[in-house]
Amino acid sequence: MDRILKILFFALLVKPVILIGLGLNIRGRANLPKHGPAVIAANHNSHLDTMVLMSMYPLSRIHMIRPVAAADYFFRNKYLKWLSLNIIGIIPLDRSGKTSREALFTDCHLALDKGQTLLIFPEGSRGKPEELSKLRKGLFYLIKDRKDTQVTPVVMHGLGRALPKGEALFVPFNCDVIIGKALKPEGNSTEFIETIRKRYNEMLNLCLTRSSESEK
Amino acid sequence: MNTPTHSLIIMLVVLLILTITSITCMILKKKNPARDYAELRLKIQSWWVMILVLFLVLLLNRGFFIALSAFISFLALKEFFSIVPLRPTDRRVIFLAYLAIPFQYYWIYSAWYGMFVVFIPIYMFLFLPMRMVFTGETKGFIRAAGIIQWALMLTVFCISHIPYLLMLPVKNDAAGAIGLVLYLLFMTQLNDVSQYIWGKSLGNNKILPLISPDKTWEGFIGGVGTVIICSTFIAPFLTPLSYIEGALAGGLIAVAGFIGDIVVSAVKRDLHIKDSGTLIPGQGGILDQFDSLTFAAPLFFHFLYYLVY
Repeated sequence: MDRILKILFFALLVKPVILIGLGLNIRGRANLPKHGPAVIAANHNSHLDTMVLMSMYPLSRIHMIRPVAAADYFFRNKYLKWLSLNIIGIIPLDRSGKTSREALFTDCHLALDKGQTLLIFPEGSRGKPEELSKLRKGLFYLIKDRKDTQVTPVVMHGLGRALPKGEALFVPFNCDVIIGKALKPEGNSTEFIETIRKRYNEMLNLCLTRSSESEK
Repeated sequence: MNTPTHSLIIMLVVLLILTITSITCMILKKKNPARDYAELRLKIQSWWVMILVLFLVLLLNRGFFIALSAFISFLALKEFFSIVPLRPTDRRVIFLAYLAIPFQYYWIYSAWYGMFVVFIPIYMFLFLPMRMVFTGETKGFIRAAGIIQWALMLTVFCISHIPYLLMLPVKNDAAGAIGLVLYLLFMTQLNDVSQYIWGKSLGNNKILPLISPDKTWEGFIGGVGTVIICSTFIAPFLTPLSYIEGALAGGLIAVAGFIGDIVVSAVKRDLHIKDSGTLIPGQGGILDQFDSLTFAAPLFFHFLYYLVY
């Protein structure tokens, strides 16, 4: 039942809004991992980020794509909690620091073991619009011992223009989605995070929608 | 309504050309398996989709074609707004600019010629700056007003001339109203392709090296010549134009198409991007596809309107 609701939600609402109302300039589509276990590490500016990433997958595979999201934020009330768990299919992550590092990722590992693809936003939160915040190291600890899993870096840009924080009016704008080649975790956590940051910055240069910023 | 036999024949010819192109691509791939033809294959695939959608919609009825054109205008306008620098304060103005699309295409659907020609150049032109004044931000005002109006003219006003061809009274029964649309689209595309082929095979002298380094005098002249020859003979078949008027129309379409192409190139060069989007696999964005038509469509329309109507 939930699977049907999920497919309907994406077929009738998410895909039309993302693909027609918004419109994506996709680069490197072939780099998108088709099968799990895999991790997609994307930058985070808007709630639409998760929807954009999921909408790139066919409806038959959407249930295999699992966004890892902050438990405190998405479990604020019971409606949001139901939507997040049953329709979007998030894996809740405890940001409070009370859970030990080993226990923190139990659900993530379970999902990867099932061949699912995780969506992770290493910035941790949406931060300032169109600006890269500090990347967290959790990503490295999640996959360093998994030989079967690679990280695909993804950069999105321009989503903040269609629906900025605190605005109710949706204005159609294309946004960029740049998908990089998959990475294996190497070295220590700092080096790995630095590699990802470098890749993000290279990929940001391929965006078509950045002219408004260079003006500032 | 008479069956537009001539238009159906031209459609078949186009499908035949596409089939031959597809087969050639397959043979090329067989001959040199080492070379990568993925890009070419994507291009041809995109052509099949675009041509089949276009023909299907044209054969259904004009309401569908007007709706399709409105949708193309929307995609082109969105693409334009996405790549140019805009002020965050103008979000609401931009939203209103999008609203011009349903109005403009409604005037077309109701065949209100007077409103169709003045709505964007006059009413939107005066309305949008007024709305911008209400936001109170003066920094960058002139530029923002210019960019928004320019985008509307190029992607909505100019492109909307294509469906208005279907609203003109039919003067060539054997071709029907869709004959004019096919003539315009076919000649514009022939111009793009033949300029490319002439330029690739003979091109030597660059015509505008600062804007578009691939464009040469040889390509330009060869393309215009090819289009004039074809347009002369096809004109009485598809349109109410005579042979001589057809030659003039072809020359107009070819030169205007070339200028539309380089103007959009100049826009992209200004923004340091190569394509305006990635909507059409292998061919870039919708603006890249419609660049020639933005200039060719209104000029052909008014040339025809002056001569025949």
